[in-house]
Amino acid sequence: MIPGQPIVDFSWIGSHLPSIGLRIVQHLQLTILPLVIGIVISLILAVWAIRQPRAYSPMTAITGLLYTIPSLAAFAVLRPIFGLTLLTALIPLTTYTLLILFRNFTAGFNAVPAEILEAAEGMGYTRRQRLLRVELPLAVPLMIAGVRLASVSTIGLATVASVLGDQFGGLGQLITEGIQTFFPTKYLLGAVLSVLLAIAADLLFVRFERFVTPWAHARAGAV
Amino acid sequence: MTGLATHGAIVQFDHVSKSYDPEATKSGKGPAAVNELSLTVPAGKICILVGPSGCGKTTSLKMVNRLIEPTSGRITIDGVDVTTQELTALRRGIGYVIQQVGLFPHQTIGENVATVPRLLGWPKARLRERSEELLALVGLDPARYRDRYPSQLSGGERQRVGVARALAADPPIMLMDEPFGAVDPIVRDRLQNEFLRLQETIAKTILFVTHDIDEAIKMGDLVAVFQTGGVLAQFGTPLDILAAPATEFVARFVGQDRGLKRLSLLRVSDVALQPAVTARPGDSAGDARRRALDDPQRYLLMIDGSNKPLGWVAHGDIPAEGVLSESMANPVSPTVNKRTTLKDALSMMLDADVQTGIVVDRNGAVQGLLTMDAIAGKMREGEHVAAFDHALEPADEIVEPGPIAAEHAEEEVRA
Repeated sequence: MIPGQPIVDFSWIGSHLPSIGLRIVQHLQLTILPLVIGIVISLILAVWAIRQPRAYSPMTAITGLLYTIPSLAAFAVLRPIFGLTLLTALIPLTTYTLLILFRNFTAGFNAVPAEILEAAEGMGYTRRQRLLRVELPLAVPLMIAGVRLASVSTIGLATVASVLGDQFGGLGQLITEGIQTFFPTKYLLGAVLSVLLAIAADLLFVRFERFVTPWAHARAGAV
Repeated sequence: MTGLATHGAIVQFDHVSKSYDPEATKSGKGPAAVNELSLTVPAGKICILVGPSGCGKTTSLKMVNRLIEPTSGRITIDGVDVTTQELTALRRGIGYVIQQVGLFPHQTIGENVATVPRLLGWPKARLRERSEELLALVGLDPARYRDRYPSQLSGGERQRVGVARALAADPPIMLMDEPFGAVDPIVRDRLQNEFLRLQETIAKTILFVTHDIDEAIKMGDLVAVFQTGGVLAQFGTPLDILAAPATEFVARFVGQDRGLKRLSLLRVSDVALQPAVTARPGDSAGDARRRALDDPQRYLLMIDGSNKPLGWVAHGDIPAEGVLSESMANPVSPTVNKRTTLKDALSMMLDADVQTGIVVDRNGAVQGLLTMDAIAGKMREGEHVAAFDHALEPADEIVEPGPIAAEHAEEEVRA
């Protein structure tokens, strides 16, 4: 920081809107792709775990272990293999979502009351019909709660992907460059945008959950 | 009108047993075993499976739609072995109602009711029509309830929806596992009455599990009393079981008050009425006074021009000369009709502190008199088996051997 200068240089922001926009798009890419892949993997694992309860403990152990790997170390290991590609960032960011998503998805399935499963079975649902039409819709509120958590955590974590440099760096790139050039406007902007993105994602999922599960919010006695 | 045209099928248990690993059942939590069960439920009848916990009644029920597979023996529906049918097809053809109802919380009431028709692939328009028809049948206004979610309904309303859902595809058989067990006694009584009325039109074959002997007696055309260990202790009509419990266990289970319970099953039409000595205002008093002597209690019943009762006149209060007038009549005893149960009639007579009830027809005209003696006579018909009562220990010690045994088992494990 140069003394006498304002902390935030708004004219710089105004003249760099397109490149800031690009960082936001990159950051969304670093968030949405790991989330989507993480959701698919966790769903498969959770369905497997509810059918094979013995698989649950090893699965939580493995996803928990993956979660403990420091992200910088993961990038360092993967960079020589995949180079400065999106994949280098996607792999760790995806594995970090698994712990939260797998646990919440399994909790969602386990929260389906036993009598509802019995009623479904007794009325002649096949196993597949029961999974898709009864268990999955009823697990949705807890599943979305997991996705909310995972999205906020991924948006924060994705800032370290700046190690991938200009092409995929996202908002973390703004922060790193700001620090390296002693330019507070840039790193503050990167941080603020990342926080705003996380808040926006959270609100979006709250709305989405209300939209897809009207039954969970129907008040007793209301017509 | 109801759109339910398929009447009941015959359900037959033929030496059906279900055994479990003794370790698994020791905890008392798993399903109970069933031992060599053979019984036949005729088409269109309600058969109640009743007994203490752990007696295998629910296990027996669930073997019909194969939620539980028997270890040995076979169950047939209209002669067809259930194990030869495709599992989901079998279940879609049998109505299933459970105590916790198990409505799908994420579906509207209309969608819930249409569950089985939807599984069967009915066209959409027909699903909607069907669920509205069924809601109306169980007394829920379709326009008001169709689009609500289960969480917005009371316990009693949910139970009705559960029954509507089980009936939706017009199955010949319904399995009901304590269907009215989770609602308060007043609602339960109403649901029971409504269900009996409904059954008069739909005439399904119904297997109905309860642990409540009073519910069994009220709801059952036939009652199967189970005892611990999955043994069928007695199978017969409620009246037969109350009149002649086959074993000491059954006698204990139906209770010491079975004479009174019989009265709730018998109606005024089941007893011989005593003719009433009647006269109308304006009749000759002297003649009436003479005729009142014909009545065992020496009372004359004054009636109006359309034979409706006006009141009693005691022999001693009738003047020797002149004519009868309405002012001589004391207010009437409670009136009952031929459909009134003897239990209700007795209760009304005790409340009014009278020895005689007046039986009237639909128009209120006197048909005869119901006396305490006649009711007592009906109660005594069951007494030739009262010998069992002497063998009984105090009732509070015995009612549910199942859980008590289970508790002891747990204590042993802890020790």
